[in-house]
Amino acid sequence: MARMEDLVESEQAHMRELALPTYETTPWMDGPPLSERRVAIVTTAGLGLRGEDAFGIGAADYRVIPADTDSGDILMTHISVNFDRTGFQDDVNVVFPIDRLREMAADGAIGSVAEFHYSFMGATDPAQLEVSARALAGMMREDKVNAVLLSPV
Amino acid sequence: MCGLAHYFEDEGIATTLIALVREHAETMRAPRALWVPFELGRPFGSPGEPAFQRRVVADALALLTSTEGPVVLADFPEDAPGPKAEDDTGWVCPVSFPPPPGDDTGPVASLLHEIDTLAPWYQLSMDRRGRSLVGVSGKTVKEAARFAASYQDEIPTDENGRALSQPFKDAFTDVMAYYSEAGTAQPGRHSSGDTQRWFWQDTAAGHLFLDLRAELMNSSDKRLQFIATKVMLPKTQGG
Repeated sequence: MARMEDLVESEQAHMRELALPTYETTPWMDGPPLSERRVAIVTTAGLGLRGEDAFGIGAADYRVIPADTDSGDILMTHISVNFDRTGFQDDVNVVFPIDRLREMAADGAIGSVAEFHYSFMGATDPAQLEVSARALAGMMREDKVNAVLLSPV
Repeated sequence: MCGLAHYFEDEGIATTLIALVREHAETMRAPRALWVPFELGRPFGSPGEPAFQRRVVADALALLTSTEGPVVLADFPEDAPGPKAEDDTGWVCPVSFPPPPGDDTGPVASLLHEIDTLAPWYQLSMDRRGRSLVGVSGKTVKEAARFAASYQDEIPTDENGRALSQPFKDAFTDVMAYYSEAGTAQPGRHSSGDTQRWFWQDTAAGHLFLDLRAELMNSSDKRLQFIATKVMLPKTQGG
């Protein structure tokens, strides 16, 4: 469905006209085999914990989702209505595949699952997220994370 | 999403991402991206499909072992199980809404009566799913509905006289989630387009929010105007 031609015309136009930042270079970090990777999920789905403030227009901050959070305590406050929420409503793993990572860690396919995971709200201009993202990288290094799985909506 | 990949890699942490819009990943040149042909909002495919989800996660993580950088954009080869977003599956909401009891049959009374009618179905959803996305506003769903509907009469303001925009959005989000969960409480085949069409075309809530949106689009408060214009009505429903 995310093939451009499958979107309604107004959504296609929005996607094509979206001002996207470009980068002159692409940094590339190598690392150990997957079996030695500690993986964190970072999503732009606007997830947060029940009781936290919702993401607002232009939000450039992020929320922390501890790995042991009960799925019933994870809410979605992304400001956009132009994506499906019913999949996430039925199964958090459609957006936040924490159970799949746990299974892969148990099988030895990856080394481990990070203690903390994170969410931004993806309607914000990516350039506005840079300061928060770089600060977050420091927190992930403290958690020994050496691989990030990025999940959009 | 691609921007975050650049920032994290630059800080020394390897990334791999799911790309829902291939053209954006091509433009932004994230180091490692797996394009998936899934509906927006479903980066790992379909709910209740753990084996499928795992294939997506595994393919995305496998890009971490690629040596073909600095930019790797791969395509996931499968479509997600289940109906496509805009499929009309023939699904109809199992709940019918009788007119509200009493003399008041106006939009707010109809909205509140719908919420009461949906209550057993919402409970069924809670029993089946074990969770709910309602709870953003901190209000009960009827309080949230009343609060949002009150913007038709008077826009509430803070102590500095600024319109309360975020609380409106939060209340709206809760009402939407309540209807979506209650309407689909019974397991069965339906598309996301089915539930959107039902909410916006067949419920008093949808009609009330359409009227409210038209009013708020002319609000003097820029944030409320933005919410009404950009983030209430899906583009699939004419937003």
